[in-house]
Amino acid sequence: MPIDYYIYLSVILFSIGVTGVLTRRNAIIVFMCIELMLNAVNLLLVAFSKMHHARAAVSDAATSIGTDGQLFVFFIMVVAAAEVSVGLAIIVMMYRNVHNVDINFLNRLKN
Amino acid sequence: MSLAPYIPLLPLAGFLINGIFRKQLSKTLTGIIGSGTILIAFALSVMVFNDVSAGNTGDIVLFDFISVADLHIPFAFKIDQLTSIFLLIITGVGFLIHVYSTSYMHEESNDHFARYFAYLNLFVFSMLLLVMGANYVIMFIGWEGVGLCSYLLIGYWFGNTAYNNAAKKAFIMNRIGDLGFLVAVFWMMQTFGAVGFDEIFAQLPGEASTATLTGITLCLFVGAMGKSAQIPLYTWLPDAMAGPTPVSALIHAATMVTAGIYMIARSNLMYALAPTTMMVVAIIGLSTAIFAGTIALKQYDIKKVLAYSTVSQLGYMFLGLGVGAFTGAVFHVMTHAFFKALLFLGAGSIIHAMHHQQDMRQYGGLRKYMPITHITMLLACLAIAGIPPFSGFFSKDEILVAAYAANPVYYYVGLVGALLTAFYMFRLYGMTFLGNFRGDTHHVPHESPAAMTVPLIILAILSVAGGLIGIPELFAENGHKLQQFLAPVFAKGEQQIAQHAHPSHSTEWMMIAVSVTLILLVIIFAINKYRKYQHTKDANTGFASVLENKWYVDELYDAVIVKPLIALGNLFNRMDTGVVDKLVNGVGRAVQYGSRQMRLVQSGNVGNYVLLMVIAIILLIRLVFYS
Amino acid sequence: MLLSSFIWIPLLAGIIAFALRSQLLIKQITLYCATVLAGLALFASCQPMGSHYLHHSSGWLATLGANFSLAVDGAGKITTLLTAISYPIILLATWNNNYSKPNSYYGLLMLTQAGLMGVFLATDALLFYFFWELALIPTYFLCSQWGGENRIQVSFKFFIYTFMGSLLMLVALIYVYFHTPDQSFAWESFKAATLSKQAEVYCFVLFFLAFAIKMPIFPFHTWQPDLYATAPTGTTMVLSGIMVKMGLFAVLRWLLPVFPEMSAIAAPYVIMLCIFGILYASLIAIRQDNIKRLIAYSSIAHIGLMCAALFANNTNSFEGAVIQLFSHGINIIGLWIVVDFIEQRTGITQMKQLGGLARSAPNLAIMLVVIALANVALPLTNAFVGEFLMFSGLFQMNIWYAVLAGVAIILAAVYTLGMIQKVFYGEATQIKFIADIKAAEAFALVSIIVMIVVFGVYPKPMLELGSEVWGTAKAAMAMAGK
Repeated sequence: MPIDYYIYLSVILFSIGVTGVLTRRNAIIVFMCIELMLNAVNLLLVAFSKMHHARAAVSDAATSIGTDGQLFVFFIMVVAAAEVSVGLAIIVMMYRNVHNVDINFLNRLKN
Repeated sequence: MSLAPYIPLLPLAGFLINGIFRKQLSKTLTGIIGSGTILIAFALSVMVFNDVSAGNTGDIVLFDFISVADLHIPFAFKIDQLTSIFLLIITGVGFLIHVYSTSYMHEESNDHFARYFAYLNLFVFSMLLLVMGANYVIMFIGWEGVGLCSYLLIGYWFGNTAYNNAAKKAFIMNRIGDLGFLVAVFWMMQTFGAVGFDEIFAQLPGEASTATLTGITLCLFVGAMGKSAQIPLYTWLPDAMAGPTPVSALIHAATMVTAGIYMIARSNLMYALAPTTMMVVAIIGLSTAIFAGTIALKQYDIKKVLAYSTVSQLGYMFLGLGVGAFTGAVFHVMTHAFFKALLFLGAGSIIHAMHHQQDMRQYGGLRKYMPITHITMLLACLAIAGIPPFSGFFSKDEILVAAYAANPVYYYVGLVGALLTAFYMFRLYGMTFLGNFRGDTHHVPHESPAAMTVPLIILAILSVAGGLIGIPELFAENGHKLQQFLAPVFAKGEQQIAQHAHPSHSTEWMMIAVSVTLILLVIIFAINKYRKYQHTKDANTGFASVLENKWYVDELYDAVIVKPLIALGNLFNRMDTGVVDKLVNGVGRAVQYGSRQMRLVQSGNVGNYVLLMVIAIILLIRLVFYS
Repeated sequence: MLLSSFIWIPLLAGIIAFALRSQLLIKQITLYCATVLAGLALFASCQPMGSHYLHHSSGWLATLGANFSLAVDGAGKITTLLTAISYPIILLATWNNNYSKPNSYYGLLMLTQAGLMGVFLATDALLFYFFWELALIPTYFLCSQWGGENRIQVSFKFFIYTFMGSLLMLVALIYVYFHTPDQSFAWESFKAATLSKQAEVYCFVLFFLAFAIKMPIFPFHTWQPDLYATAPTGTTMVLSGIMVKMGLFAVLRWLLPVFPEMSAIAAPYVIMLCIFGILYASLIAIRQDNIKRLIAYSSIAHIGLMCAALFANNTNSFEGAVIQLFSHGINIIGLWIVVDFIEQRTGITQMKQLGGLARSAPNLAIMLVVIALANVALPLTNAFVGEFLMFSGLFQMNIWYAVLAGVAIILAAVYTLGMIQKVFYGEATQIKFIADIKAAEAFALVSIIVMIVVFGVYPKPMLELGSEVWGTAKAAMAMAGK
């Protein structure tokens, strides 16, 4: 499958994520959109990694070229998981305190 | 000659002693120190004069004053015929006036009395520097120094604001002239690479073009206008009468105001080579003589009359210089020093007796009360009016004859000036000494003490006989001793002047006869008119009031120069805080305003930040990949 | 060693002063150090050119090519001598004043002296910049802590204004540094730097702005009158007597030799600006009623003349300006001493409210008159020699420069005599009586007057110092002029 499709898909996913972050006010949805952007990047990383590896494997089947991209993906997933746990905890605490998850409500540090 | 440097040092020592110990010294001691130093200086001057007569002239270099690269200005004195004459006048008349002052200023408290003598000594010191300097810079030191002393002495009674203003005016007017002098000095430095008289005159004629010389001499003449009170810078001199009367006699009549004449006489070679300047000098001198004479006709303050008369006589001297009669001008300086000092001291004697009343309308009949003052003043009036054989006749005649030779118009106008002089002097005499006493009859005036009358008598003798050293050819072969004496100084200058045909003896006799007759007629007319002067309340009208108000020249200067300058000062002052400083503050304010606006971007709203981030990324991509 | 002690002595004195509590002890120690320094400076100025005393160099920031190198030539001798002599005089003149927190006041004052000395001694551009700032910062605190009305605002403006100038200079400094042949901040390397025509113009302008603000000349002067009117008078003496000389000194040390061609090209414009500034400031001075502002504007006029003379590209004006650095410093400190005296006794600086003081304080009046006459450059006072040479130099360049600038000596007479008259003459208005001067002030004033007269009558020693130049500022300018 040509790389173009992966790129289009991840650009679409990323754009949906950005739009969501920019337009939605619900903290959970914003959060999900951030995850969406991360995953768009992950997808791209995996796709390019596979592409480079496939190209290198033609001459040398045992090569490890291109696999580091997939390693990044794992890093990102681990960090994202940690981030999700912290983020969700914050949102839960916020809901407990103010009974609301609207991010525009969280402007009290301003002024 | 080796004694010459002590001549100015003595008054300087007197100044320092009187100035520093002014609280400790008694009045007698102050007077002795003040007059004594001048007396010794006079004695030294006589010795120097004898030395010079024997032919010992030359320069004395004391030390290097300013020495930069190829410019060397030594602190040096020049002793020659011209200097020695001026030394005698300054120290001689100066000594008499010092003696006179011990009595005149006796009412002052101890320290102010000492302050007065300190200033007076400082003045003599500066004046001596002026005439002894061997280059234009040393002359300039004295030139400004006498201006300073004049300032200090006019404002001697510093409690009085009007006096202070007069003092300030004198200093500033002089400074305007000084700027001209200074520019001339720079010009000479550039043209001749030197400022010494000998170095400069040695390069002439030849080293400088006529245009350059005209520029230099005109600038120098601006200096002389300021110092010697010529049109247009004369207005300070009448105001300077605010000072004590002996000061007026010494500074504003006998010595300082003649500095301009000395300077031009000293630079005679340069002037002779610049005919345009000579013409300007003659015309300015002549117009000043007439102009000041007309004002003197209608003044009532005795000192003001004498002040305008001084301005007018100075004008004559410049006329003399302008037509190339350098000796005549110096001669008139000398005789004028005698009779004008005498007139001022006589006026001081009257003012002293009249308890500081200076208005002639309050005088009258003083002949009875003050016989010595009366006689001496009468002699002085005859001398200044130009009646033979009094001294003024010879000197004025010499100038007028030379003027006739240069251009008869000068002579006729000059003669009118002489008639004016005769008129206002005898108007003064009539109003003061003749008729009946018009003042407060409870305070009958009395003759002044000996310390005041003795100088009057000595000066009177000089005023009468002083002219005899300059008897013209007409009366006696080789009669003009002064001319022979000064010949070495003026020789080079007179060579350069196109010699006018000297009027024939018969013409000269005619001129003398006509002028003396006319002057006598004017005197008789003036005495008749003012002998029985009665004060009327009617204010002067028409032309007389214009004269009484001095042609409104002060008002004119005020409107044309002073007011606009002050307005400009105000404008700049407002501009400084309103525009320049506003601009500076504006930069600061702009920065503050800018940051206030920029601050709004930092809204604290994550959504905005993200949006900005996205836009920025898009722009970056555009920039990096598609540029 | 000698030269670095010029910096260490005031620095140490300042630090010691900070640690002390007793006001009298602080005054004594600072005065002692200042006097020792004056002696050393006098010794240094008697050394012939090229003496090993007059050079000092040790490592500093070697990686950058910056050294702690100090040296003096004639102009340096004159300015260090001025700095060293002024301090004891200033300390004595303000001996009877009491300041709150005297330890910080005197500490900062001495720190300033260290900075000033450094500016006059440094032959390394980075070191020069370092001291330039070192001199500025303590004065900011001095003015903002001990000043009068509006002190925070005014000293903040002063600080930002001059600091901005310094930063402009820093930019140019670094640029020139990168174009020196051996990547060094040394003065010699700076002179050898090769810049493109364009770059030279920019660097010249940046340097000139920094110095013009410091001097200050029109139109960069507006911080000055406010600051002088506000700052404590002791500080004002340092500011107007010495610190403004930094700008002029920097022009002759760093601007003219480093950019000789640009200086020659810019000279007519700079001179015209200066001359306009002279007339402008003089006319404003005539209209001032506050005596402190009057002196401030008079100083702007005098500084403008000195700046014009430095650019006039000939020996006379150059030497005149160099010796005038000293004369003007001494004279204006004298004026401030008198003003401080009047302010301390009466609390008044408006001339309208003063008057007739000559009656109760004749000695003070005499001294003011002498100093004021020096301010108007009367012959036989020190200022005459300098101004005479400066005017003659301007004249050689163009007759109209000398005539127009010369109008200022008339205006100077107008405002100076006006000041004397309004303060000392006339009838006493509000203040009926003030005590005449005391010993400490009298000593300070008398020493100033002695200097005025001695250098006025016998200026030779000063002129000889002025003609000593180890660099080739004059030679370089002369070459550029041809």
